[in-house]
Formats: sequence, structure tokens, C-alpha cells
Amino acid sequence: MFKYIVQRLIVAIPTLIGVAIVVFLMLRMLPGDPARTIAGVLASEQDVERIRVQLGLDQPVWVQFVDFITRLARLDLGQSARTSQPVLSEILARLPYTVELAVTAIILATAIGILAGVVAATHHNTRIDYLVSAASLFGVSMPVYWLGLMLIVVFAINLRWLPAAGADQPACFILPSFTLASFVVGLITRMTRSSMLEVLSQDYVQTARAKGLHEQRVRYVHALRNALLPVVTVVGLQFGTLLGGAVLTETVFGWPGIGQLLIDSIFSRDYPLVQGIVLTFSTLFILVNLVVDVVYAFVDPRIRYG
Amino acid sequence: MAEALSNAVDTVFSAPVARSPRFWKILARHRAAVGGMAVLAVLAILAIAAPLVTPYDPIHQKLSDALLSPSLSHPFGTDYLGRDILTRIIYGGRYSLAVGFMAVAFGVAIGVPLGAVSGYYGGWVDLVVQRFVDLLLSFPGILLALSLVAILGIGLENVVIAVGISSTPSFVRLTRASTLSIRQLTYIEAARALGARSGVIIFRHVLPNALAPVIVQATLSLGSAILLAAGLGFLGLGIQPPTPEWGSMLGEGRNYIFSNPNMATFPGIAIFVAVLSFNLMGDGLRDALDPRLRQR
Repeated sequence: MFKYIVQRLIVAIPTLIGVAIVVFLMLRMLPGDPARTIAGVLASEQDVERIRVQLGLDQPVWVQFVDFITRLARLDLGQSARTSQPVLSEILARLPYTVELAVTAIILATAIGILAGVVAATHHNTRIDYLVSAASLFGVSMPVYWLGLMLIVVFAINLRWLPAAGADQPACFILPSFTLASFVVGLITRMTRSSMLEVLSQDYVQTARAKGLHEQRVRYVHALRNALLPVVTVVGLQFGTLLGGAVLTETVFGWPGIGQLLIDSIFSRDYPLVQGIVLTFSTLFILVNLVVDVVYAFVDPRIRYG
Repeated sequence: MAEALSNAVDTVFSAPVARSPRFWKILARHRAAVGGMAVLAVLAILAIAAPLVTPYDPIHQKLSDALLSPSLSHPFGTDYLGRDILTRIIYGGRYSLAVGFMAVAFGVAIGVPLGAVSGYYGGWVDLVVQRFVDLLLSFPGILLALSLVAILGIGLENVVIAVGISSTPSFVRLTRASTLSIRQLTYIEAARALGARSGVIIFRHVLPNALAPVIVQATLSLGSAILLAAGLGFLGLGIQPPTPEWGSMLGEGRNYIFSNPNMATFPGIAIFVAVLSFNLMGDGLRDALDPRLRQR
């Protein structure tokens, strides 16, 4: 088990380095003169020069790269071009909001998705099954930002039950986390349903039934456990989609997470901050998938010894 | 997953499915897919024939008519600049659907040859291509497109490129998997024995037989490409107002959500209907191309 975890960690490192290189190139790939682009049209020649020196753009590219990597190793992501605060502290101030939202949403989505998928599979080819399948197809096809706005119209404007925006009270959590959960719940439902159907047709399930086990026990103890294996992978992969969806959801609800910060910094051409946030999102995504791989190996011994 | 994919690929090759009348028969029997196609055809025709369908201009402002509720003359109401929302949605199809098509075409044009080369040659070529794909996939969801727009700048072509690159990895993976199994077949060996060059084998003999799953994937990708492009528009990073694009209309509507929700409701429904139709069509195509999945 330990060996497996170490192996997975080692495999994740090149990906992380790759992401760092891409993020490094981001600033250098800006069309024209990056320093001038960041400074804006109205900036004076001195301002442009100051930004060029501040970002190290006056150095040769390889010096810039070595500098970038060494600072990265010390978790120094540079300074925000707009507020002159360290990028890392700007991100850390907002990150907890995004993590809270994403974790709540993934828990919600997994709970609803597995429940709906199991119900659909155990009622295969009945009206319930069709209903669940249709609902999950609708969920996959729906723009998440639109759903968020419609939830605001219904629950905040018409019914006045919940706040439309902000993050200052627990009730603020409900609409954003449901919106974000809807982003992935359809896929988790579809995956659970097909995996459960597959497992239910296996010989050992027949055997369990033949030896007289209660149908409930066959379904929820024998079948479900094995049916959930592929679902774990999907949940892990969907966490990435969810992080992306967080950018949209945060914009809809004025949620003060790093998704909103990313959009703001793109608009204000605060590239050091854009770089830092993209790096943070990708690192989170890679780490979550690492954890999923390990969890997967833990629940499925075939992977560990395979 | 890999097994399911290779099964699908096997099935596709066991018969030149797309050319057989059975394919069309199965597809025609798939009512949801036919419905999806019909809806898309209507959306496309409306978008192309827009000036003939609606008496209003999608961009011209008439402030005296601002924020009207739905009525006979404005079925979906008007927006904050007095423009008919239905008209803007009809014209919007020109941009939203076209961006989806162009982005997926971009993804196919880059992803399919790359996947075929990667699968056919194997070795270090394969290794380099696959690490590159891994890298693209390590930017979660909309983030890759967002980063690309941040670099390239805002605008129609850049949205197409950003969304297109985001859809590329799935085509590389899919084509590579198909190519790997086709490469083993006797007729490829025969072609090689006859002295055909690798390029000819890949493009004349491998690719045509690897296309069926690509077509299914492309249809499903159209849905997600439209969603992604509209998402960029919603964030203000896609096609810019006053161009009537569904995502940016939704973004504008957000500012009027308290006084006039119509501005956000109807463009969202348009996106939803288009994406749903592509997904239904994709499911139908998959069923028609892979009889094994149909029994489920």
C-alpha cells in the first residue's frame, strides 16, 4: 500500500512541473509587450519599465524561469500587480470559501447521484428509471449559471426564503452549493445506474439470491459495494469539473472565492494573480485525483496488487 | 472503460455501419435522437433565415420599449435597451451554434490526426503526445479555456480556439484507442506489405475506420462546446455585446434579474434546448453505431 502511494506521488510530480511551466509561459505568451499589456494603454513609459523590472521581464527567459521555479519552491508566487500584496496571501484569504463550496457540493452531488442511480437501476425499465434518466440528462445539459439565476428568481426574489448573494450567514450556502452540485449530479447518477445494472447481472448476485438472501441485502450489501468502485473514479474526475463550475457559480452568487478572484484578475490584467490562481486550481485538482487513486486502491485490492 | 471503448470500436469495424441501411433504421427508431435533430434543424433554420422570421432588429435600440413584459408583439419581452428578446435569441443561434461547430471542428482537426499518429507509431511519439494530453487535462474544466482567453484576449476567434483546444484531448484519446486496435488488423499488415507509406496507411486506411466513435464524440462535444462558449460569454470573456450571443445575453440579464428575469430566463432555455438536443442526438448515434450498448 505504502509503495503504491509513493508510486502515485512520483507520477504526479512531472504533471505538476508541466503545469508550472505552462503557467510560467502564460505571461510570456501575451501578444506584444507583456509589461505594456499589464500596465494598460494610459501608462507612462516609466510605469511600463517599472512593471517590466518588477516581473523580471527584463531578464533572459531562462533566468526568469529558474527564478520562477526557485520562488515557487518557496511558495512565493510573486505580487499582485494591482494591490501589490503577495499573491499567495490573496489566494489563501479566498481559498477557504471555494473549498467549502466545492466540498459541500461534491458531498451533495454524490449522495443524490448514488441514491438516484441505485433507485433507477433497481427499478430498471420502469417509469421511475426513465424519470431518473431523463432528469440526469437534463442536469447534464443545463447551463449551471442559468440554473443558479433561476434559483435566485424563485427562492430569493419570489419566495424570499433565501439570500440571493453573499456568504455571511449559513443560509447563503444553500443555493450556491445546490447549483454547483447540479453540475455533476447527472453524471454521477448515470455512472451509478449503469455500474449497478452491470453488477446486478453478475453471477455472484444470482448466487446470493439463490441461497435465499433477502433481496434488500443482495442489492445494498453485495451489489452496491462493488457497483460503487467506478463511481469513486468519476467523483474524483468530476471534482475538476466542479472546480471549473465554481468559477461560474461564484460569479452568479457573488461568492467571495478564488473563482471570482480569477475573473476579476483576468479583467484587470493582474497576470501574477491569474497565474497563481490557475496554478492553485490545477494543483488542487491533481492532489484530489491522487487521493482518489489511493482511496480506490484501498477499496479495491486488485489495483494495489495488480 | 477501455474495454467498453474497444468493444465499441470492434463493433464498428465488424460492419461498415454508417453505410448500411440498418444504421439509419436504428437511428430513425430512436425517437429522442430524431427529436433532437429536428429541434436543432429548426434552431439552425431560424438562425439562418432570421431576417425573414422576425420584424425586429437584434441590435437596434429602442429605449421607449425597454424591459417590457412578454406580450403578443414581444413573446419573450424586451431587454434593457428595448430590443426584442426572441429576436436576439433567434439571431443568437448564428453565433452560439456556429461557435460550437467551429470549436469542435478545431478539436477534431487537431485531435484526430494527433491521436492517429500517436497510436500508429507508438514509442516516444506516443509518449510525448500522451503527456501533452495529460497536461491539458490537468487544468480542470472551464479553467483551460479561461486561461487561454486570458492570454489570447477576448473575441470570437479566441473563444473558438480556447473552446476548441479544451475539446481536443478527448479526440486524441479516442482516436488513439481506435488506432491501436486497427493497427493490429490484417488489412493494415497487407497495406504495409504492399509498401504503402505510413502517412497513406494512417489517413487512407486507419482513419476512415476509426471515425465512427469520433462522430459520436463530436456530437456530444458540440453540446459541451456550446455550454463552455456560453459560459465564457456569461462571464463577459466571450463574444461581446451588443452581438446577440446566448451566453453574453444571459450575463447581461443577470444585472436585471430582480426587475426583469426574462432577460436571463429565455437565453438560458435556448442554451439548454440546444445542448439537450445534441446530447440526445449523440446518445442515438451511439446506440445506432454500437448495438451492444442498445440492450441496456
